[in-house]
Amino acid sequence: MTEPILSVRGLKTEFVTPDYRVVAVDGLSYDLHAGRTLAVVGESGSGKSVHALSILRLLPVPPARITAGEVLYRGRDLLKLPEAELRRLRGDRLAMIFQEPMTSLNPVMRVGEQIAESVALHKGASDAAAAARAVELLGKVGIPAPEKRARDYPHQFSGGMRQRAMIAMALACDPDILIADEPTTALDVTIQAQILELMKALQREFKMAMVLITHNIGVVAEMADDVVVMYAGRAVEKASVHEVFKTPAHPYTRALLGSVPSIYTRKERLAAIAGQPPDLAAPRAGCPFAPRCAEALERCAAEDPPPFPLPGGRMSNCWLVEGKTPAAAP
Amino acid sequence: MSEPLLEVRGLVKHFEAPAESFLGPKRRVFAVDGVSLSVYKGDTFGLIGESGCGKTTLGRTILKLEPATAGKVFFEGRDVFALKPAALRQLRRDIQVVFQDPFSSLDPRMTVSDILEEPFAIHGMLPSGTERRRRVAELMDVVGLPKTALERYPHMFSGGQRQRIGIARALALNPKLVVLDEPVSALDVSIQAQVLNLLQDLQKEFSLTYFFIAHDFSVVRHLCNRTAVMYLGRIVESAPTEELFADPQHPYTEALLSAVPAPDPGLEKRRKRILLAGDVPSPLDPPSGCRFHPRCRYALPACRVSDPALAEARPGHSAACPPAPFRSKPSAAALVES
Repeated sequence: MTEPILSVRGLKTEFVTPDYRVVAVDGLSYDLHAGRTLAVVGESGSGKSVHALSILRLLPVPPARITAGEVLYRGRDLLKLPEAELRRLRGDRLAMIFQEPMTSLNPVMRVGEQIAESVALHKGASDAAAAARAVELLGKVGIPAPEKRARDYPHQFSGGMRQRAMIAMALACDPDILIADEPTTALDVTIQAQILELMKALQREFKMAMVLITHNIGVVAEMADDVVVMYAGRAVEKASVHEVFKTPAHPYTRALLGSVPSIYTRKERLAAIAGQPPDLAAPRAGCPFAPRCAEALERCAAEDPPPFPLPGGRMSNCWLVEGKTPAAAP
Repeated sequence: MSEPLLEVRGLVKHFEAPAESFLGPKRRVFAVDGVSLSVYKGDTFGLIGESGCGKTTLGRTILKLEPATAGKVFFEGRDVFALKPAALRQLRRDIQVVFQDPFSSLDPRMTVSDILEEPFAIHGMLPSGTERRRRVAELMDVVGLPKTALERYPHMFSGGQRQRIGIARALALNPKLVVLDEPVSALDVSIQAQVLNLLQDLQKEFSLTYFFIAHDFSVVRHLCNRTAVMYLGRIVESAPTEELFADPQHPYTEALLSAVPAPDPGLEKRRKRILLAGDVPSPLDPPSGCRFHPRCRYALPACRVSDPALAEARPGHSAACPPAPFRSKPSAAALVES
C-alpha cells in the first residue's frame, strides 16, 4: 500500500489538574490512507473525540497535555508544527465537523459569510469570489435556494441543514482529510441517512480521506473501509470493516457487536457487557477491559497485553490472540 | 380480545404559540392531532417517531401531565380525565414513568434511599420505617444496584446506574403500566443492552405492561410486540412489530425503516434505501391533505386534499394510506434512491 496520508503513532493525551490525572488517549496508533474512510468506534469516555482534538491540537492546554507520540501528515509531525503553520493547515488541508452544529456555527454571522470567511482566509479569494464559492458549496451540499439561504443565520436552519452547512464549510478549501466527530448523532434517522449519503458522494468527488468518529455500529458498517475500536483510551482492535464484523478479534469488539439490537434480526436477549467502563483517573494493572471481559484469562488482570499484529495487517490488543501472531518480518 | 388496559380515543393536544406579529393571529402547534390506540395487559407497545412528531407530548397527555385539548383516555375502562382526586391518586400509583434523561429526572439533593422512599411517603404506604427500608432494599436488588449505593447521591452514578434508580422508583408502588420515554437513548450501547435486558426481566417477573416511546427502530423491534409509527401528531401505522418490520404498509414507515443503517457491512451494501427529501414540516403549519404527501414517493394529486384515516389493511394492522394498488408508482421526484 502507498504511504498513509495521516499516521498517528503512540499518541498519548492526558488531562492534569492538581486533583487528578486522567490518561484520555493512551498510546493510540493508526494509519489513514488517501481516499479511505477510517471509523474510530468506541463508547463515551473511550478517548475517540479527544484523539481527534489532539490531532488538530484543539484541546485547551492546560489541563490537556499531549505527552507522547506523533501525528504525521505528509511526513510532517503536526504536534511539533509552529502554531501559525498549523493554523494554515486547519480548515484548509485538515477539516473537521462536530456533533452539534449549533454550537460550532457562529450564531450572529450569516451562514454564507462563515463559509466565505474560510475561503478568503486560506485561498486569498476576493470577497465576491468567496461569497460566490459559499453559495456554490451550499448548493453542493443540497441546501435549496442557496443564494437566499446563504443570507440566513444558523438559527433559521433546521438541524440537518446546519450539519449540511458545517460540511460545506469543511469542504470549502477542498481538504485532504476530513475528521467527522459523530456527525449524525444529533439527527433523526431520515436526516442521518441524507447526511451520510451526502458525505459519501462528496468524499468520492473530493477524493478526501475521512476519520469518522462514531458510537453507532450501523454507521460504521455503512461508511467505513477500516475500523479502529477504542476502549479506555487505546485501540483494542484494528481491521477492515468486513473483518471486524465477520471475525472480531478482540473480546470487547465481540461484546459490542453482541449488544447492538438490529432491525433485521431479532435476538431473544442482548449480550450486554457487565459492569462499567473503567475510571481513567485510577491507576490500573493488566488489561483495562479484563474486569468486564467474559473471556478473560488469569493473567489478564495482572499483565497488560501489547498490541499483537495479525494476518492481513490486523491488530488485536488481547492475550487470546498471542501465538496467532505472524512470524516477525525478516 | 379482552378489554384494553389503556385506551386512547381521538386524543388531541394543541399548544398555543406566540403570534408572528403583535396584531397577528395566535398560532397553534398541532402536537397531537387525533390519536387513538389500545394497549393490552402484558403488551410492550412501541410508539416510534422522529423529533417533533408528538410522541413525548402524547405520553405526557395520556399521563395527565398536560391537559388534553380533546379526546379521552381510559385506564382499565375508567375515563382518566373524569377521575375524582382519590381515584386519580390511585391511578398515579398504577401508572409510572421512566424519563429519558437520568440526569435531570432525579433530584440531585436527595440520596438514593430518599428517592426510593418518596413514593411510599407520598402515597402514605408502608408507614413503618423498617418495612419501608426493607422494600427499598428489595428494589435495589431487583434493578441490580448494590445496597451500599443507598446513601449516595445521583451525581455519583453513571448514566446506566441512574436509569436503574429511575426504574426502581417507577416500580416502587407495583404499577400496572410503565410509560418508558426514551429510557435508553442517552446510554452507550453496552449499557443500553444492560437496561433493555433488565426491562425484559422485570416485565416477566412483575407482569408489567410497557408503553415504550422511542426513536430507535432496532430497540423497538427488540423490545415491543406491537408498534405504532407517529408522524406530525398522527399515528400513520400500527401493527404487530414483526409484521410492521416485514411488511410496512405506510410509505413513511417504509422510508424510515430503510434509513436505519444495518449493523453488518455485507447487508449494508445490498440494502435498498429510500432517501426522504427535506425536513419534517412544521407542526405549526402542517401540510394539507395527507401530512406526509410532500415527501411521499407514491403521492397522487388526491393526497394533497384528502386526509386518509387509519384503516385496517389486514387484521390488527392498520395504516393511514390507501393500500398499495391505489397508490401511484414510486416517483423519483420526492426522493433520491441509492
